[in-house]
Amino acid sequence: MDSVAHSGAGHIGGPLSAMDLLVALFFRVLRIRPDEPGWPDRDRFILSKGHSAIGLYVVMALRGYFPVDELATFDAGDSRLQGHPDMTRLPGLEASTGSLGQGLSVGIGIALGARMRGLGVHTFVMLGDGETQEGMVWESVMVAARFGLGNLTALVDCNGLQQYGWPRPPGEVGRGDRRDPLAGVQLRDALEAFGWRVLEIDGHDAAAIVAACANARDAGTGSQPTAILARTVKGRGVSFAEGRYEWHARVATADEVAAAREELGTERPGGARP
Amino acid sequence: MTAAMRDVWANTLIDLAADHPDLLVLDGDLATSTRADRFAVAYPDRFLEMGIAEQNMVGVATGLATLGYIPWLSSFAVFFTHRAVDQIRVLVAQTHANVKIGAAYTGLLTGFTGKTHQDVEDLAIMRAMPGMTVLAPGDAIECEAAVRWATATHGPVYLRLARDAGPDLFDAGYRFEPGRVIRLREGSDVLMISTGLQSARCLAAAGILGSAGLSAGVLHVPSLKPVDAPALMDAARSVRLVVTAEEHTIFGGLGGLVAEILGERGPRRLLRIGIRDTWGESAPNAFLLERHGLSPERVAERVAQEFSGAAQLG
Repeated sequence: MDSVAHSGAGHIGGPLSAMDLLVALFFRVLRIRPDEPGWPDRDRFILSKGHSAIGLYVVMALRGYFPVDELATFDAGDSRLQGHPDMTRLPGLEASTGSLGQGLSVGIGIALGARMRGLGVHTFVMLGDGETQEGMVWESVMVAARFGLGNLTALVDCNGLQQYGWPRPPGEVGRGDRRDPLAGVQLRDALEAFGWRVLEIDGHDAAAIVAACANARDAGTGSQPTAILARTVKGRGVSFAEGRYEWHARVATADEVAAAREELGTERPGGARP
Repeated sequence: MTAAMRDVWANTLIDLAADHPDLLVLDGDLATSTRADRFAVAYPDRFLEMGIAEQNMVGVATGLATLGYIPWLSSFAVFFTHRAVDQIRVLVAQTHANVKIGAAYTGLLTGFTGKTHQDVEDLAIMRAMPGMTVLAPGDAIECEAAVRWATATHGPVYLRLARDAGPDLFDAGYRFEPGRVIRLREGSDVLMISTGLQSARCLAAAGILGSAGLSAGVLHVPSLKPVDAPALMDAARSVRLVVTAEEHTIFGGLGGLVAEILGERGPRRLLRIGIRDTWGESAPNAFLLERHGLSPERVAERVAQEFSGAAQLG
């Protein structure tokens, strides 16, 4: 929130819903070497919901890919931390994303290539629940199953809201103040029908995330890709943002940043405010 | 007549595959049209059928390229430059991915497919895309050289392939150089600038004009980006009329490119021949070339007309 407030633009809700997933991935799941981002045997992670870039950057910084202080350059000219992930600027990014629906395809290419090269890497791609509205996602879902890519895992951050979406009809259950992007859609059934293994977890339960990812990795030699549907809360951890669609891409005021910091019980990583 | 570019493309890739173990072909279920099926037979393990899903195919190619593979894509041009344009833009061009787009069935002459499949805007779209190399070879020999160059050179390439065979322009000693503009015929009155198979038609048109006493040169532009603008300007400087001709809309393709160069470097009287603000249709090749003024006879007629107007204006 600090970085976005500092920049004056960016996304808040999605990064917060994905934060526990990202932390678990980068600190417990992914086999990576932050000081050697080009290590050929590394696991690959692609943030297909590229608008949550700031969340990814924070976790990458804490994991040691770059100095935490560099987060203050988010969105600034010449920054490696672009509004949407730019692999040509920041080592450690496996794809450039931001146009929704595309990350899974790149993940398929990597998983396929890794298998042809005999590399034991696993490729994880994080999508948003709203992102599954993109047609290209379903091209990828179909092709991944056809190629039997057990070494590919899609994590879907099901935070229950999208940027605007639809008003929630009276009486319909939902977790946010607008209609769930997947309302009326049985995503689990759909993915299974396309030939995927599907796991469902609480996307804020670190142990569950790690276990599901381990399960997915163990299936890596199999012939079915895995989807992990992670139920999350948009704006997680910040009471006034949780479940509120307007925080998809809102900039916090100074007071809101202070309040959020208090609620999260954290100071800005690395020390004082820039 | 010589081999059609799609045959040359496939055969060259088969030839290159032995020395380039990372070369792959990804197909969007058009292999029997694009001739990628030949590669599939020769190298079944390096041919990846991606199904009827071009957007995903471009993404998969990008992922493969990050592992050092050289993916060549097989589909019709329209499905790249229109359906998958965002994927090419964001995933390929913006990351300078080493992905090669084998764009088959370009321009008007696409085998009775009609306007849905006639890509007459591809050069404008791909040329506008930062970092994209845009090639439109003029004959089989140049096509083979371009495929070899693109495979050996890192970075995204859009290769505009014609469906049907055209006359030979070059001999076996031809060497492809990106950006080079190639003088096919000298001429002191008019310079016709063209690309792809249209260059052979312009050569024929120049012959017709020569018989009528008008000296018309032909400059072939196989590489729309990069392009040697000073050389193009030099060729255009001494003539009274510059003409562009292309199997493409007159907006933003070769005509647009030449207008930009002349506009910046030394305005000349310019006639752009190509698809005007309209769509094609399914029809025999000869009909389409006549209808859109691209046959040698129509080009010659139009050039002579314009030249006499230019001469009157001084």
